[in-house]
Amino acid sequence: MKFVDEFRDPEVITKTSEEIRRLADPNRHYRIMEVCGGHTHAIYRFGLKDLLPSNIELIHGPGCPVCVLPMGRIDDGLSIAQQPDVIFAAFGDMMRVPGTQGSPLEHKARGMDVRIVYSPSDALKLAQMSPEKHVMFFAIGFETTAPSTALTLVRAKAQSIHNFSVFCNHVTIIPAIRAILDSPDMRIDAFIGPGHVSTVIGCRPYEWIAKNENKPVAVSGFEPLDILQSIVMVLRQLKADEAKIENQYKRVVPWEGNHAALRAMADVFELRPYFEWRGLGFISQSALRIRESYAEWDAEQRFHVPGVRVTDPKAAQCGEVLKGVLKPHQCKLFGKECTPEHPIGALMVSSEGSCAAYFNYEHRKTAMVTSIASVA
Amino acid sequence: MSVAGDETPVLASSPPIRFREPQIEMAHGAGGKASRRLVEGLFAPLLFASSSEPLGDAAHLDFNGTRIAITTDSFVVKPLSFPGGSIGELAVNGTVNDLAVSGAKAEAMVVTYVLEAGLPTPVLEAEVRAMGNAARRAGVTIAGGDTKVVEHGKADSMYITTTGIGRPLHGLKIDARSVRAGDKILLSGPIGDHGITILLARGELDLEADLHSDTRSVFPLVEALVNAAGPGVRWMRDPTRGGVATSLNELARDCGLGIALVEEMIPVRDAVRGACELLGLDPLHIANEGQFLAVVAPEYANAALNALNMARGGQDAQMIGEVREQPSGAVLVTTRYGGSRIIDMLVGDPLPRIC
Repeated sequence: MKFVDEFRDPEVITKTSEEIRRLADPNRHYRIMEVCGGHTHAIYRFGLKDLLPSNIELIHGPGCPVCVLPMGRIDDGLSIAQQPDVIFAAFGDMMRVPGTQGSPLEHKARGMDVRIVYSPSDALKLAQMSPEKHVMFFAIGFETTAPSTALTLVRAKAQSIHNFSVFCNHVTIIPAIRAILDSPDMRIDAFIGPGHVSTVIGCRPYEWIAKNENKPVAVSGFEPLDILQSIVMVLRQLKADEAKIENQYKRVVPWEGNHAALRAMADVFELRPYFEWRGLGFISQSALRIRESYAEWDAEQRFHVPGVRVTDPKAAQCGEVLKGVLKPHQCKLFGKECTPEHPIGALMVSSEGSCAAYFNYEHRKTAMVTSIASVA
Repeated sequence: MSVAGDETPVLASSPPIRFREPQIEMAHGAGGKASRRLVEGLFAPLLFASSSEPLGDAAHLDFNGTRIAITTDSFVVKPLSFPGGSIGELAVNGTVNDLAVSGAKAEAMVVTYVLEAGLPTPVLEAEVRAMGNAARRAGVTIAGGDTKVVEHGKADSMYITTTGIGRPLHGLKIDARSVRAGDKILLSGPIGDHGITILLARGELDLEADLHSDTRSVFPLVEALVNAAGPGVRWMRDPTRGGVATSLNELARDCGLGIALVEEMIPVRDAVRGACELLGLDPLHIANEGQFLAVVAPEYANAALNALNMARGGQDAQMIGEVREQPSGAVLVTTRYGGSRIIDMLVGDPLPRIC
């Protein structure tokens, strides 16, 4: 498959892995954060940790949209869909994320009209095909998906489609990275920067990370070779005592970003003064809301939304895992009360969530290696 | 679903019911972990005589020396017809295949139709015709049936249940507990065609691919395998809902050993791989309707693979891995460049990942 297979070539991957071993100073411990959930998923899926020396520690970042969504927002969205003749439309990613009364899929099994869509424009199409219903699109995602929500709202307005609204949970990546760097218990040496988000925002918004925080960043693609090459890039910088932004994902990411997408976002959205992130708390100017000129299509303005804050179960340590302070298996609930089948936190739901990825791909492997070691 | 075993069913007194979930969710029908909990926790203790037996695809019963295999399956699919097949064909092939991988040749089946009032006759006729043709191809007699009609809106067009009986093949003992470390794992052909075809046929994705369902009777391939390697065939399964990963996890659990797969040996068409990459799905979790997995003793493995490759429709069969002592109860996939991952059963339906 073009653009995939060349980035999974075993020979090149082995060479890159050897280069990483050469570059890594054996007397030093490296903590590299992959910001994006897509990277976390790829790292586990391709078993990349097996290809790295043990002194390179990958820390899973906050870039998994469903993972950082507080439970109260899910409850709010579902409460709108409980009103008569409302269809709840969302990406498949959302379907198993638990609210206090269960996930959208569980609500569907109890009779709620819940649909999986593949894009916001599919949700708009659904509204056009169901004039007697109201379709509420539960929008999630970073700058990757926000432009398509924006363009859909522009179209809904232009075509006067009134039985459609968006419950907007779009968030922006930069404030989350800042919050992590500001966190006192966090020590990170370098970042693997988000790939898909950067196709929209470009590489400039990361420059402060190098300039002010003195941390290398490599914006990375999602194939095994992409991730390994990005690790090489940041290791080289660390070795040379440099900090700059490098673009490993040049085949997709333009340095300046996508102006049309950014313009569409700016036309439709404005920054919320603050927004709650699961595990990271309230972060100012970190999320998008729908502008007044699109109020008619804003589910939060159109419907009564309870807006209740729901605190996570006390024992769950999602915040520490999200910030990379704890590894998934170090959470008290991991693999016991909290499993992919009965997730307590969203990190255990999404295949991009570090807990689910760890549980699905790693956990028993590690348990096995440990048990063999203990026998030996 | 049924229990493999030779005993005449006798219900035990006060069986332990372990199913504690408050209501039935969609996941309980998706063929993964939740389905297994329902069957093992509620159905098996209340209905089956020997609930300690691993769950098989068909039950083999002995009536005073006459052995028969029996199985049943219900078919719910949307859309009713799709490239490469339709619900009628699936209903015949699915039951024929459940019997085949239990080591039996399907001989006869009965059919139940649950129809929604308002279903256009031509749609029904097309499905009945498809069943007739599939039954003739598979050499199975349709011996009778039943029809129920429910109110409009109470069913999705039509549901079909088929119950089949078959004749067990001689000299074959299919039992997960006979699987040993060192045994080889064979797969009859490329995976994921059916599940991805259905996903695309629903028309919710603006994706097109030259892909069709793999629905077929796998009996001719099973027969070729058994003729070449009969005494060495330890276990077979058709990886339908939940895909290869779910079937092999069930095997790992039932035999208490580990399954080691070599990812590059697993045949997957480019169109399936492409769709899976786009949607964040794993081909190992996607449903198949015309493939089967077999575990064969190592000394028979090459003969078994040759026989499959020589048989019609078996040219893409591959040896995809082997049974090992570790990781016990789990499936480990080795990637092309030496990394590895554990792959679990599917939880619920495969959901596409977008954001």
